[in-house]
Amino acid sequence: MLKVNNIDVFYGNIHALKDVSIEVNESEIVTLIGANGAGKSTLLKTLSGLLKPKSGTISYLSQQINGKQAQAIVKSGISHVPEGRRVFSNMTVEENLELGAYLRKDRDGIKKDIANVYDLFPILGERRKQQSGTLSGGEQQMLAMGRALMAKPKLLLLDEPSMGLAPLIVKQIFEIIQMVNQQGTTVLLVEQNANMALSIADRAYVIETGKIVLSGTAKELQESEQVKAAYLGAL
Amino acid sequence: MEWIQQLVNGISVGSIYALIALGYTMVYGIIKLINFAHGDVFMLGAFIGFFAITRWDVGFLPALIISMVLCAIIGVIIERVAYKRLRSATRIAALITAIGVSFLIEYTMIFFRGPGLETYPEVLPNTSIDVFGVSVSSKSILILIVTIILMILLQFIVHKTKIGKAMRAVSLDADAARLMGINVDNTISATFAIGSALAGAAGVIFGAYYTRIEPLMGVLPGLKAFIAAVLGGIGNIPGAMVGGLVLGVVETVVSAFGFSLWRDAAAFIILILILILKPSGLFGKNTREKV
Repeated sequence: MLKVNNIDVFYGNIHALKDVSIEVNESEIVTLIGANGAGKSTLLKTLSGLLKPKSGTISYLSQQINGKQAQAIVKSGISHVPEGRRVFSNMTVEENLELGAYLRKDRDGIKKDIANVYDLFPILGERRKQQSGTLSGGEQQMLAMGRALMAKPKLLLLDEPSMGLAPLIVKQIFEIIQMVNQQGTTVLLVEQNANMALSIADRAYVIETGKIVLSGTAKELQESEQVKAAYLGAL
Repeated sequence: MEWIQQLVNGISVGSIYALIALGYTMVYGIIKLINFAHGDVFMLGAFIGFFAITRWDVGFLPALIISMVLCAIIGVIIERVAYKRLRSATRIAALITAIGVSFLIEYTMIFFRGPGLETYPEVLPNTSIDVFGVSVSSKSILILIVTIILMILLQFIVHKTKIGKAMRAVSLDADAARLMGINVDNTISATFAIGSALAGAAGVIFGAYYTRIEPLMGVLPGLKAFIAAVLGGIGNIPGAMVGGLVLGVVETVVSAFGFSLWRDAAAFIILILILILKPSGLFGKNTREKV
């Protein structure tokens, strides 16, 4: 579904991604794990068109999307839930969801999908008229995910959904990620919480200082000594 | 009773400031630029209205609409030509460019038609209307009505339409807006178009009210509208409306007390006070954040 071939991405002079290649197949959950500053978010930003790769190609559904504008990429079915949720804080929950459907024109479908999001995250339904900046971190994460789903993505990019959340909320969010995936959305999940990420993923990549250093099925990586030592802690 | 007349006058002046201040505040909200050329778009609006009325012989309302449309186009051209390429430049570079655009518009106008005054024809009925026993000029009332309609229209656009929601989203977080599929460039252009259209409307209203227009007429009202925007909290739309009205009323009150020479000074004293006491303005943006 998504094929990233040997991309290099720079932030000014910093070589943030070095010759990175990954692949995501339809209906998979693929996770990318790595430490702070390894280049995880950079990769997602490049996929969603916020950054342009200096070299290499990104193909999605056998179309080349590197260098395309962000809005074209959203239109083609890739939604990105950014790190730190980035909800529109001075707007209500419902307005945030409406903006998620910005490129859609089917009013009835949008209404139905807002209702679906409220089914998935009942707390958002209760707070639909509340300004999203007043929500708790977990609720904001749910809103950011709901907002991304409003675009009806085929591929959902999630950037550290567990960041700063209580373990119980993280568990809830990960269950919802699995649910979304079972309903047919392919997921590329970026995480520092390697334990949680590997427990729901089909396949995984490990990134270190801009390079992919390991890849395999989630099970293989869970058992790999290298991953255990570096990311799963002393178990 | 004279007080009420003065108050109405103050609100009329204030509504002109408010219309210009809206453009300042919207543009600042979305690209964090103080668009100092905005007062000159107001001036162009006044002249466009003047030409429409005298050459094409149209009435006040058609002149207002023609001026708004042309000013919207001018605003977008200014943004695309001068500011767009400076998006990632330092803010001071963009600010200096804005001042440059301002001078360019003023002196191009003077170059082509000279610095002389032009007198607006009487386009609004000028009679006294009795409102609750107080005589108020019909001009003031009409201007107030037009301004209120424009402000309601703006509120509707910003809160209910798709482009309005996009504008708010971009001003809150441009990258997140991109991820929603919002075309940030077009949204910024739309903001300039709407702000400039309001300045154009203010220009025609100014001409019809004060009758005299000239190429440098935008400088002082532009600065005052900027003060109004800061007073209300820059980036805040209701704030700009209230700031404009407050400024207009304060100025009129200062004049009514017999200190007309201090009128302009009053505006700048307000600016200084607000910057010292509450730099975020009366309605300063309170971005509630929770981590």
